[in-house]
Amino acid sequence: MEDQLINVPLYADVIAAGKRPEILFWVGCAGSFDARAQKVSKAFAKLLNHAGVDFAILGDEEACTGDPARRAGNEFLFQMSALQNIEVLNGYEVQKIVTACPHCFNTLKNEYPALGGNYEVIHHTTLLHQLFEEGKLSVEGGNFKGKKITYHDSCYLGRVNGVYEIPRKLLEQLDVELVEMKRCKTNGLCCGAGGAQMFKEDEPGDKRINIERVEEALETGAQSIAANCPFCLTMLGDGLKEKEQQEKLNVYDISELILQSIQ
Amino acid sequence: MIQILIFSLITAIVFFIAGKKFWRIRRNILLGQAKDVSGDVGQRLKNMTLVAFGQKKMFKRFIPALFHLFIYVAFLFTTLELVEILIDGFTGHHRFFATILGGFYTFLISFVEGLSVLAFIATVIFLSRRNLLKLPRFTKAEMLGWPTKDGNLILIFEIILLVAIFTMNGADTVLQNRDVAHYPDIGNLLVSSWLGPMLFDGLSTNTVIIIERIGWWMHLLMVYGFMLYLPFSKHLHIFLAFPNVFYASLKPRGEMENMESIMNEVKSMMGLVEDTPVDDDMSELPSFGAKDVFDLSWKSLMDAYTCTECGRCTSVCPANQTGKKLSPRKIMMDVRDRVEEVATKIDLQEEGCKIDKEKTLAKDNFDDSKSLFDYISKEEIHACTTCNACVEACPVMIDPLEIILDLRRYEILTESAGPTDWMPMFNSIENNGAVWQLPNSRAEWKDS
Ligand code: SF4
Ligand code: SF4
Repeated sequence: MEDQLINVPLYADVIAAGKRPEILFWVGCAGSFDARAQKVSKAFAKLLNHAGVDFAILGDEEACTGDPARRAGNEFLFQMSALQNIEVLNGYEVQKIVTACPHCFNTLKNEYPALGGNYEVIHHTTLLHQLFEEGKLSVEGGNFKGKKITYHDSCYLGRVNGVYEIPRKLLEQLDVELVEMKRCKTNGLCCGAGGAQMFKEDEPGDKRINIERVEEALETGAQSIAANCPFCLTMLGDGLKEKEQQEKLNVYDISELILQSIQ
Repeated sequence: MIQILIFSLITAIVFFIAGKKFWRIRRNILLGQAKDVSGDVGQRLKNMTLVAFGQKKMFKRFIPALFHLFIYVAFLFTTLELVEILIDGFTGHHRFFATILGGFYTFLISFVEGLSVLAFIATVIFLSRRNLLKLPRFTKAEMLGWPTKDGNLILIFEIILLVAIFTMNGADTVLQNRDVAHYPDIGNLLVSSWLGPMLFDGLSTNTVIIIERIGWWMHLLMVYGFMLYLPFSKHLHIFLAFPNVFYASLKPRGEMENMESIMNEVKSMMGLVEDTPVDDDMSELPSFGAKDVFDLSWKSLMDAYTCTECGRCTSVCPANQTGKKLSPRKIMMDVRDRVEEVATKIDLQEEGCKIDKEKTLAKDNFDDSKSLFDYISKEEIHACTTCNACVEACPVMIDPLEIILDLRRYEILTESAGPTDWMPMFNSIENNGAVWQLPNSRAEWKDS
C-alpha cells in the first residue's frame, strides 16, 4: 500500500466544485517542507484515502500557525500569522480540522478561539483511532506484530493536552509489544524541540536533550520508537544518528507504523 | 495572674507583628498586574480541596508524600489546639475543653499524640534526607545558603515543638495521677500516659508542675515563633497553598495569555476591523512582556511566595537535567527575592528610587535601575522548551513557565533582542508563512 498513488485535493478546488470536505487536513510547516515529515503527511493521506475519508488541504493558503513565534516571545508575528489563517479558515467556514503536528493541534485548538477561530480540532492519532473503531481501518497480524516498540509522548499531545491513551491504543491494534521508557506519560521527557528550541542552538550544558531521550529509548531494547510529532521525529532521529544507533533503533510516526502494517 | 499578664502581652505583640508581616505580603503580591480570575468557582473549590487540602499532586511521589502528610495533619490539629491554649492563657483555665468535651477530649488529644509521633518520625527522616542523603534536588546551586538553612530550621522547630507537647502532656498526666488541684483527670492518653510516668514519676510534685509549665510555654513560644518566622520562609506555603491553588488557571494548559493590545493592532493593520480610534499621543513607547515584578500578574507573584522550594519542577526540567542553567525553582525564588527587594525599598521610601520625587514611592513610581533580569539571565529563559513538565510537577499548582514566557516577550517585543538563531525563523514566517525559507509550494509534498 505504501506505493499507492495518493489523492490529496485542495480545499479551494473542492469548494469550487460546489462540495465541502468533511475535514481539513492541516499539514503544517514540517509536514509540508521537512523531508522526514513529508513522509508522514503522505502516509497519513494514504490512510485517509484507504479509509475513504473526505478531506482536503489548504496548500498555499495555509501558513505557519505561529506557535514557534509565540513561544519565542514574538506575539506580534504570532498574531499576524494566526489572524491570516483564521481569515482563510473562517472564509471557507471550516468546521473540523485534523493535523499530524501536536504544536499545530494545540495552537489551533486552544489559542485560535481567543482570536476568533473556533473549530473542532483533533490530532491525527485520534482520527486514526476513530477509523479503527468504525472498522474503516483494520490490521491483521501486520509487520510489527509482537515487535518491541516504545512510545514517546510529545509534550504538546501528552502533558499539554492530556492525550496519552489513544496513541497507545493504536499500537495495541498493531499487536506490538509496547515497552515504556522510564519517563513516560505525565512524566515523559521532552525531545528538546519545543518552545522554538528547534530553531536555535542549545544553551551550554552537559548534554543535548534529544541524546538524553534516545539513551532512555535505547535502554528499553525496543526496535522502534513510535512518535506523534514531526519535531520529535527529527530530534530523536538526529539523536540516534549522533550515537550511531540508527541501525539498531528507528523512529516512526504512528501513522507510518499503521501504513506498513496494513499492506 | 502574672502568667496571664505575660501571656496576654506576648500574644498581643506576636499577633500584631505577624499581622503586619502578612499584610505586607498581601501588598507585595498586589504589586503585580491585575489578572482575570473569574470563572467556575465550583471547579476552583474542587481543585483546592483535592490539590491543596487533599495533597493530590504530592502523591505522585508516594513515600515523601506520606511523611509530609503526617507533618501536615499534625500541624492542622496543633493549630486547633492553639484555640484552647489561647483560652487557657487568657483566662487562667487549665485545659478548658477537657470538662466540656469529656471522653471526646481524651480521644482528640490521644489522636494528636499519635499524629505527633508520626510527625516526629517523618521530621527525623526529612532531616536525614536533606543532610545525609543529599538528594540532588536539595543541593542545586539556588539552594546554597539561606534556602538550605530555612529547610533545616523549620524541621528543627518542628522537633522542639513535638518535644514540648510531650513534656507538657507527660507532666500533666503525672500531676493528674497525683490528683493535684487544677489538673483534672482527662483519662488515658495514647503516649503521655506511659511516657510521662516513665520520665517524671520520681520527681516532686512542684518540680513536675514547673516542668509542665515549661512544656506549655515552650509549646506556645514555638508556635508563636513559627508565626513570626513564616513570612520569611518557604513555609508560607502552608497558608498560601490554598489561595494559590484556588486561583490557578482553569484555561487549557496550552493556551498562552492572549495579548489583546497586539491583536487589535495587528487586526487594524490587516484592515480586519473598522478604524479604531488610534492613540495619537505615543509619547511613551509601549512596553510588552515582563521586565520586572510589576509587569508580572499578581498570580505569578503569589506563585513565588507559595513556592515550597521542593525542586520537583527542577528535577523534571529537561533543560536542567541536561546541565543547562535554567531551573524553574530558581525562577520562582528569584521572583520572590526581587519582590522582597522592591518591597523593602518601598518600606524605607528610598528617595533614589522615586521617579517623581514629589510623590510617594509606590508601584507606579518606582525605578531602582534594576529589574528581574539582574536575577534571571537571558541564557536561562532561552533554554526553556515550554514542555510544561514543571507545571505538571508542582504540588501547589505554580506556573514557572508563564513567567519565563513573559520575560521572553519583553526581550523580543520591547528590546527587539533575542537569540540571533531565531531571526531567520521570524523572517521566514513573516515573508514566507513558514518556519523555513523555501521557494516550494506548500502542496508539493503530495506529488513528490
Ligand atoms: S517548561 Fe521550561 S522550565 Fe518548565 S520544565 Fe519544561 S523546559 Fe523546564
Ligand atoms: S515551583 Fe512548585 S515544584 Fe517547583 S520548587 Fe516551587 S513548589 Fe516545588
